[in-house]
Amino acid sequence: MLRNKDLLDLESLTAAEIKLILDTAEAFLAVMRRPVPKVPILRDKTIVNLFFESSTRTRISFELAEKRLSADIVNFSAATSSLSKGETLKDTVDNILAMRADMVVMRHSASGAARYLADRIPAGVVNAGDGMHEHPTQGLLDMLTMRQRMGTLQGKRVVIVGDIMHSRVARSNIWGLTKMGAKVTVCGPPPMIPVQMEEMGCTVDYDLRHAIEGADAINVLRIQLERQTVQTFPGNREYARLYRLDDEMLAATKPSCFVLHPGPMNRDVEITSEVADGRRQVILDQVTNGVAVRMAVIYLLSGGAPENLGENLN
Amino acid sequence: MGTSTAKDRGKRRIIEKVRVIDPSRGLDASGHLVCEGGKILSCGEGPAPAELITPEAERIDASGLVLAPGFQDVHVHFREPGQEDKETIATGSAAAAAGGFTDVATMPNTTPVVDTAGAVRLILDRAREAGHCRVHPIGAISMGLAGEKMAEYADLVDAGAVGFSDDGRPVADGGLMRRAMDYSRILGVPMISHPEDLSLSAGGVMHEGAWSTRLGLRGIPYAAETAFIARDIELCRLTGARLHVCHVSSRQAVQLIRRAKEDGLPVTAETAPHFLDLSDADCADYDPRFKMNPPLRTIDDQEALIEALQDGTLDCIATDHAPHTATEKNRPFAEAPFGVIGLETSFAVCHDRLVRRGGMSLSRLIELMSGGGARILGLPKASLDAGAPSDFTLLDCEETWTPRGRDFASKGRNCPWLGRSLTGRVVATHLGGSFSFVRSSRLAESARA
Repeated sequence: MLRNKDLLDLESLTAAEIKLILDTAEAFLAVMRRPVPKVPILRDKTIVNLFFESSTRTRISFELAEKRLSADIVNFSAATSSLSKGETLKDTVDNILAMRADMVVMRHSASGAARYLADRIPAGVVNAGDGMHEHPTQGLLDMLTMRQRMGTLQGKRVVIVGDIMHSRVARSNIWGLTKMGAKVTVCGPPPMIPVQMEEMGCTVDYDLRHAIEGADAINVLRIQLERQTVQTFPGNREYARLYRLDDEMLAATKPSCFVLHPGPMNRDVEITSEVADGRRQVILDQVTNGVAVRMAVIYLLSGGAPENLGENLN
Repeated sequence: MGTSTAKDRGKRRIIEKVRVIDPSRGLDASGHLVCEGGKILSCGEGPAPAELITPEAERIDASGLVLAPGFQDVHVHFREPGQEDKETIATGSAAAAAGGFTDVATMPNTTPVVDTAGAVRLILDRAREAGHCRVHPIGAISMGLAGEKMAEYADLVDAGAVGFSDDGRPVADGGLMRRAMDYSRILGVPMISHPEDLSLSAGGVMHEGAWSTRLGLRGIPYAAETAFIARDIELCRLTGARLHVCHVSSRQAVQLIRRAKEDGLPVTAETAPHFLDLSDADCADYDPRFKMNPPLRTIDDQEALIEALQDGTLDCIATDHAPHTATEKNRPFAEAPFGVIGLETSFAVCHDRLVRRGGMSLSRLIELMSGGGARILGLPKASLDAGAPSDFTLLDCEETWTPRGRDFASKGRNCPWLGRSLTGRVVATHLGGSFSFVRSSRLAESARA
């Protein structure tokens, strides 16, 4: 069982809880391969998807997960909600309370926004990304994908490349992977690596070729052009010269080393098209796993017992 | 309070069996204070002189309490005119009285900005009407705090301004700051620096360190403060003008100020109670009650600041009392405004942290809380000597209490210590001829007896 009503971050999960979510996701993957990939587990539940920041793939992935669990869904997005009319997050919270939703999935541009919501409503909250803080379901789906390829995360070496400073994906990956016994190295231009990064339990390397030597997996992050409020690197050309993952670099790594990318990709900036479409990437597995992980999280937070899962899936 | 009648204000009052601490005389002894008509007649060790004990005098047995000069705060925001939802001069000065303060200096970032004599007079008038404490307006260095054109400093000083600052909107233009400081030499008041290089703090919402990295919040590096202090110290060296540095938050900033003082420069500096008791780790729950600018730094900085208060590198403790409405603060951390209130908890926090847990003498703390006004802004010296104004505060150093929002006289509830237990409390404040604040029913009983 999960200890909290919410999934706000991976920092506060135990290794046992992470393993439970990943194992549950595997069971849902089996459901997704059925001719009718849908189970009636959450027929009586209402889930609100609150996206205050634009998102396509995360929002669709959550929606699909919710539909496959047969939940009723309400969608808010920044453009269509009253937030654009000056409503505060507090008012939004009060409205959700009045609607008696069972669960809220929220993405918001402010770090800590998911926590803000969770502290104020009895419904469960799933953080779909809060500012630069965490994106726990992305971390979980990355870990599920890695575990499928490597069998275990224990003792494996994972390199995360890119704009670590602005990345909630990086933070969730670091907490989750290190809890599961993996060794994490972050790599990127120095202005993109926040101060005292090592205190999160990872190592820092500014040289990509060096960082990926002996790595088991490389998670290439999107260069978030939209988050660069000030210039943190000289430009895409120079970034590509130093930090773009290409076939030649990949050839120098372990043959079993594979590549993840949370998408959407800036092709030929952080990753070459050859790598993005090549045989060592698992990018579409990540997308499939994303739906399964989100089904698992929603199921477990709705009070679904792991031991009843087999029965519930029949 | 406003409970005293005109007759009360004139009458003789004798505070007895009280521990009197007057840092201006090095006095810390069991003693008395006799005052009448706004003046102290006698204050010292032992019982009150027999010839001063008249039958009609009000006698207050204050055993177990400490009597100290009224506190002075050189850095508060009372938000009036223009932002009365956050605070007014009446509510802010009532909060000051409840915190033991008799003198406060208000920052000019109101709407309109305090950049004209009219605005100075408005503040003085409102403060006089409220009558809870004396309010000393600080004028703007630049018109509208825009950082471009100098205000009419002499006109503002004549109206009552005690110093100049662009608090909250640092004077980025070094040339302007140089000329303002140069000019201030004919005014007899200091230029006050809010040290922040906005290009280094841009976007930051908390201290840049392990916690900001972990929480995914943009950081404000030490250099945003120190680079600016270094500039202003060099301008002080260049012009010879008096410089006061606001809300010093870090070890490196302390070192710059210490060296400037060693060089003999006319620099003074303050720090705030929150920097002495809290750290960036307190931001871990994304609670905007811990968000202010400059931000909470580390435990190491806390230690350096306390050391600097002990050795005189820092001249005083100022609250930077910065009220906001509940609506404004009730937002996710990154979006909430900077600032915390502090007047009503300052003594408790500083007593608990510095005296009870930090080994500082009570006398030194009182000096740091009451000495700033005179040394920095040229206000009357805090003193309990015969002939001085009868401005004093009564303190209970044993009482342990927990601040609650509804008990504040301030409109602000943005207090980091809500729900935290503190030892040390202001019992009463006396301003001129009467009490401006009384908390303890025990004191009232003693007075009747």
